[in-house]
Amino acid sequence: MAQMNLLHAINNALDIAMAEDNSTLCFGEDVGFFGGVFRATSGLQEKYGKSRCFNTPLTEQGIMGFANGLAAQGSRPVAEIQFADYIFPAFDQIVNESAKFRYRSGNEFNVGKLTIRTPYGGGIAGGLYHSQSPEAYFTQTPGLKVVVPRNPYQAKGLLLAAIRDDNPVVFFEPKRLYRASVGEVPEEDYQLPLGKADVMQTGSDITLLAWGAQMEIMEKAAAMASEVGISCEVIDLRSLLPWDIETVTNSVTKTGRLIISHEAPLTGGFAGEIAASIQQECFLSLESPIERICGLDTPYPLAQEKEYVADHLKVFEAIKRSVNF
Amino acid sequence: MSTNTNTYEKGQVVHTPTFIDGHSVDIPILKILQQDGSVYDGAELPKIDQELATKVYKTLAFHRVLDERMVAAQRQGRLSFYMTALGEEATTVGGAAALEPQDMIMAQYREQGALMFRGFELEQFMNQMFSNEKDLGKGRQMPIHYGSNELNYMTISSPLGTQIPQAAGYAYGQKLQGLNAVTICYFGEGAASEGDFHAGLNMAAVHGAPVIFFCRNNGYAISTPSDEQYKGNGIASRGVGYGIKTLRIDGNDILAVMKAVQWARAYALAENAPVIIEAMSYRLGAHSTSDDPSGYRTREEEAKWQANDPILRMKNWLLAQNWWDEAQESSLFEGLRDEVLAAVKVAEKIAKPELRELVTDVYDDVPQHIEKQYQDLVEHIKQYPDAYPVTSGRLK
Repeated sequence: MAQMNLLHAINNALDIAMAEDNSTLCFGEDVGFFGGVFRATSGLQEKYGKSRCFNTPLTEQGIMGFANGLAAQGSRPVAEIQFADYIFPAFDQIVNESAKFRYRSGNEFNVGKLTIRTPYGGGIAGGLYHSQSPEAYFTQTPGLKVVVPRNPYQAKGLLLAAIRDDNPVVFFEPKRLYRASVGEVPEEDYQLPLGKADVMQTGSDITLLAWGAQMEIMEKAAAMASEVGISCEVIDLRSLLPWDIETVTNSVTKTGRLIISHEAPLTGGFAGEIAASIQQECFLSLESPIERICGLDTPYPLAQEKEYVADHLKVFEAIKRSVNF
Repeated sequence: MSTNTNTYEKGQVVHTPTFIDGHSVDIPILKILQQDGSVYDGAELPKIDQELATKVYKTLAFHRVLDERMVAAQRQGRLSFYMTALGEEATTVGGAAALEPQDMIMAQYREQGALMFRGFELEQFMNQMFSNEKDLGKGRQMPIHYGSNELNYMTISSPLGTQIPQAAGYAYGQKLQGLNAVTICYFGEGAASEGDFHAGLNMAAVHGAPVIFFCRNNGYAISTPSDEQYKGNGIASRGVGYGIKTLRIDGNDILAVMKAVQWARAYALAENAPVIIEAMSYRLGAHSTSDDPSGYRTREEEAKWQANDPILRMKNWLLAQNWWDEAQESSLFEGLRDEVLAAVKVAEKIAKPELRELVTDVYDDVPQHIEKQYQDLVEHIKQYPDAYPVTSGRLK
């Protein structure tokens, strides 16, 4: 085991993936010699050469088109979009191309070897365009897998699984935690399963569900709740598409209460999808309405970031509301 | 470390504002074959012998007949949709004839000629158009969205221009793996207005991808004429801006198409660099069977281009070579017409894909949530079998 921050863990996973398969390529804006603006690809060009780890021109649709072509050809591209806020020029290539390549061709061709890495989320004083969490735009696209890790250990295991998975995966990295989150990470190769949630803490009164950087918030709220005698079950969904409805259903059947939290705005967010499914699965077990604690339905602010975000206090209040319903 | 290699200092230095004109780049246009079948003086022929020439011509003939017959079938209501390539057949058949079988073809949608040359069978075209259970694409896409892994012809995608950056990536992979193969990427002058065009050409140039960008400039994007599509010197002038080897050709001259693509293939492989070819042609037919050009262009304009028929031009050359005669001509066309008609009758009777194909290939395996939706749908169809006659009879 080694102490790694989230960036080191990602870099380590990329290193393993590039070493085991020489058709694995890492590229994106500033990804080459510089190692990416966050340094996630640090040292990879030096180790694997300019043809396998390289800078691209400043064109997200070009990066994704290029990556789709490479994957269709049989290479294993790991493309980086520098900020999830800038993924939208590539939206057509991801939604109409990556996601539908296999289906539309009757499996004559596929881009299953494609992985898209992109830093998402707030907490870095990034304002409108360095803070967004656009995961829900992708969860409505059959053919994609959507994965969000919460810490270094999860990031390495999930990223290796994503790179090796035979479907295109959009891998959202919580950039607020890149350096802030440090933990024990095995130096050797391992994978964590896609499509499976992780029960981080068991409890009996209420289920708290989130993903990525929001897990820290949930743990903090659960600790506050514990002090007032409320036992929380905390679940990291990890994969949003496909998502582990079974684990969540089992938990809510037991606790009778559910709070879902994400950084993205409330309306049209993925919490709505979960709430709809869980009320159907657990209708007779529910003791109170499912609560969603999310970003406001505004663009991501700068000066009022603290007020805007779904923080532990908002979650704690929701826990009390739910338990006292 | 990287180096900055801006070369602007090599330009002419001026001391008063001296703008250059958008059309200042003089782009040569390659012409080899004249309409009467004679070759221009001094023209260099592509590599072509009687066997290849005959194969090319038979492919052109098949293309013309298939297009005519399928438009008729659509008019009769037997087919939902069709797109001809009337007048532009030389660009695709000639392109494929200049390549090797291992080269990838990434087309836009009007390039069935390239697929025909590669040997896609008449039945395969039909199965796709009638979305029956023998369609390689499992009946999922509208007619003419062909694709074949075996023949290195990438399945067509409706969104325009998406194949352009993909071709850059595909070719880059071919280069890295040392495959002795290139990618040809077809698109129209309309699709060249998409952002993906810019992205794809720039990516290919910067990363040294052995890809041949082949623009079919056929004068129209549905109803929009090319002079409402761009103001520059065609599409070719843009190649210069990206630092890409650039050539314009007569797209109705199959020998010019073959010569240009043969040269481009050799160059792309030797130099690990892209090439762009702009083929000037004319879409003699409608955009699709859902379109009627009489609303936006004149008969006179069409007649002018009918006189430039690329298939007739090649026939004239073959006759001049004594590689072809009128008896062969009539027996070829009559035979093809009968074959196509017979194939329509077979394909339209083949069953549609089973319901299960609705949910396969979304992922490599059917995930649990889709499996559940499928089972619910099966139960529903069993409850109302008459409402879903195409699939209900075959459900277990």
